Amino acid sequence: MANNEIKRREFLRINGITGAALVLGFNFYSCKNSSEVRAEATEWSEMNAFLSIADNGQVTIMSPNPEIGQGVKTSMPMLIAEELNIDWKDVIVKQAPFDAVKYKRQVAGGSQSIRQGWISLRTAGATAKEMLINAAAEEWGVLPAECSAKSGIVYGPAGDKKTYAELAPLAIGQAVPTDVKLKKPEDFTIIGKSKKNVDLAKIVSGENLFGMDYYREGMVYANVLKGPFGAKLESFDATSAKAVEGVIDVIQMKDKIAIIAIDTWTCFKAKKLIKPQYSKSNHNTPEITAKLKALLVAQNGEDKRKDGNVEKAFKQADSIVERFYSAPFLAHNTMAPMNFFANVTAEKVECIGPIQTPEWTQGRIAELLNRPKEEVTIDMTRMGGGFGRRLYGDFALEAAEISDKIKKPVKLVYEREDDMQGGMYRPASEYVFRAALKDGEITGYEVLGASVNDGNCVRANNFPAGAINNYRVAAYRLESDVTTGAWRAPVTNFIAFAEQSFLDEIAEELNESPLDLRMNLLDKAIENQKNNKELTLDYDPVKFKGVLQDVAKHSGFRDNMDTMGLSAYYSHNTYVAEVAQVEEKAITKIYCSIDCGIVVNPDGAVNQAQGGVIDGMGHAMYGELTLKDGVAEQSNFHNYKIIRMNEVPEVEINFVKSDNDPTGLGEPTLPPAGGAVANALYRATGQRLYSQPFSKELDKVLG
Amino acid sequence: MKEFKLNVNGSSHSVRVHEDTPLLWVLRDHLHLTGTKFGCGIAQCGACSVHQDGVAMRSCVLPISAVGDSEITTIEGLSPKNDHPLQEAWIKHDVPQCGYCQSGQIMTAASFLDENPNPSDDEISQAMSGNLCRCSAYLRIKEAVKTASKS
Ligand code: FES
Ligand code: FES
Repeated sequence: MANNEIKRREFLRINGITGAALVLGFNFYSCKNSSEVRAEATEWSEMNAFLSIADNGQVTIMSPNPEIGQGVKTSMPMLIAEELNIDWKDVIVKQAPFDAVKYKRQVAGGSQSIRQGWISLRTAGATAKEMLINAAAEEWGVLPAECSAKSGIVYGPAGDKKTYAELAPLAIGQAVPTDVKLKKPEDFTIIGKSKKNVDLAKIVSGENLFGMDYYREGMVYANVLKGPFGAKLESFDATSAKAVEGVIDVIQMKDKIAIIAIDTWTCFKAKKLIKPQYSKSNHNTPEITAKLKALLVAQNGEDKRKDGNVEKAFKQADSIVERFYSAPFLAHNTMAPMNFFANVTAEKVECIGPIQTPEWTQGRIAELLNRPKEEVTIDMTRMGGGFGRRLYGDFALEAAEISDKIKKPVKLVYEREDDMQGGMYRPASEYVFRAALKDGEITGYEVLGASVNDGNCVRANNFPAGAINNYRVAAYRLESDVTTGAWRAPVTNFIAFAEQSFLDEIAEELNESPLDLRMNLLDKAIENQKNNKELTLDYDPVKFKGVLQDVAKHSGFRDNMDTMGLSAYYSHNTYVAEVAQVEEKAITKIYCSIDCGIVVNPDGAVNQAQGGVIDGMGHAMYGELTLKDGVAEQSNFHNYKIIRMNEVPEVEINFVKSDNDPTGLGEPTLPPAGGAVANALYRATGQRLYSQPFSKELDKVLG
Repeated sequence: MKEFKLNVNGSSHSVRVHEDTPLLWVLRDHLHLTGTKFGCGIAQCGACSVHQDGVAMRSCVLPISAVGDSEITTIEGLSPKNDHPLQEAWIKHDVPQCGYCQSGQIMTAASFLDENPNPSDDEISQAMSGNLCRCSAYLRIKEAVKTASKS
């Protein structure tokens, strides 16, 4: 770092002579080799809600959406910077506060951030650029059309040039154009070029960044004790808990008990001394499974889709394949347990922490505390994982309620056990798949699903809908007190495995390669689409074929079918095909081909896609949460297994080249993984898998 | 509660806490060194890894009463300018997704590379298997450890 030492001295000297406030180029990545010394910004011009330009040329971009590890705090600002025509090194990214008027959809969910922000964010950048050009044109007395902008500089027809820094104060007075033109993909200079995570330097140096790290002078800590699902808190004795030094209070909040203390450990310690009495809860996994299975038999409810004559197809079939699939509950297990800061005063309700749905949470907190929405502010911190869990602001509501009751700023912190045993689980589900086969073809197809609290546990218009003429999909819901919710790639995180394993069995039955079976079905869907304009399909069979071909090419699937498992799924507007390779009964490599349109930040996208594949494999192999008397039997990582580095295969990601607008990426690589792994393991073991976690079933065969 | 003295990142501190308070919570709540993370509290995830006299330890199960006058190093004190070869490798490979597990990964890797400066891929996998990454950024963590071992 000798170089920087010199720079620092230089800086001090310059500073001493000119008296101007100069600081070193702050950019962590460039600080080692760059000699950039930049004047400190003293004046900022706010061009619009998303960006401000400083008098030193720096541009602050507000990243509107919550960051849960999906990389939007880097990729969303890239969209703005692209159209503004500035260099990425001049960008400072800040997390925007929650403001529904300024920023519209501030949600991390459904893999929709980039897709939904694709036009609006680029428009924000392009609008500002046009205002800068207009300001320059006015200065020079020329037409805006005669000017151009590049790397933060506007050029005029006579060779004039002015920086954005000079122009910004003038540009903010310009009329806001409403019909800006956006760039064509071939003109992109930032989109499609990898940019590193904007918080990278802070993450590797352990800087305060996450909600869990939030601190405010004078704040106290809290933890919440919850009972079994569906149970009522009948009584509790907090005498010994209150006697623990450092405990401030123990309060009841309906069926929950909040422990407030001077530090986190004291909360945890005191909690263990409370002896609560709950009414009996009879939520047990075996009964839940039996009830779900009964729903599949009773079939009370409307079909989600019905094409042709399914009954007739099954009646006339040469053979019928029927398979049952079983999905356990799963906890989200974000790496950072739930936490939130709240400070409720007479004037306002201030909430800070990791939340995927600030708008919804604001409304619920306002309602809970009976305060006008305007008094409730939500600031989003970086999240130590989301996976759907932080869509549900229950923990933020708890923090707000505690602060309201004790009239102090408070940080609520869950223990891992609170998190795992009081979650919003991936619902347990049961499925049956049936196929009628006749003359070497699938003539009828039926999928029935039943799920805890989810009446839509199927994807009715997804593949192979449209490819099979007699086709029926139905779903049934089991109401339960067990709290369930969206878990990364809801529904498809399991049904994709079931469907893709089922198709593998059919291919075997029909003596067809798994790849040909899918390609032929997709060709049929294309043909049916041509003949029937009314045909409702959620997917595009041509793109679907594209990823299958791509993954087959990269993996060499056709030549290695006896050691490979194929799977493909469409979710969150994205097409993904995966091939898992098995060697000695272990998965050694997964090939993954993706069509998600334009890839905004390729290196970040690879990281995300690999994570999804490994997450999909990990939970299919090991994930399970079971209930006994309303309490999860798994409480921490010693009895809830998460995949670890020594179990992770190589993962090769390939993006299908595309100029289409970007679609989702946070979730879509997860669903196909389970099927690819199951189909590959079948090649190695001869064992078909019908329920997760696979490790349990495999233990039976592999010993 | 009792008064405890401890050495963290080269400076000494004193705190008043319960004697069974894990070092993790002393660091986070009392010294405001929040780079050390809480993940499980039972030595299963590695998010809370720090060095005690240069060796990686899980601070969530190390009671303050057992810290004594040992030298504790946290991610904040790993290198003077955040330029430890591992931190640089983490930046080169753009490792994190959510980032929450990463300081624990780096601290574990730093102590491992001290013991085994030229590990094989398998040795890296085994050594790092005690650290969970729920985002599954494992492949990059592995690459980064490899890069750092070569620098
Ligand atoms: S928090 Fe210490 S190992 Fe998980
Ligand atoms: S990066 Fe999120 S847990 Fe590792």
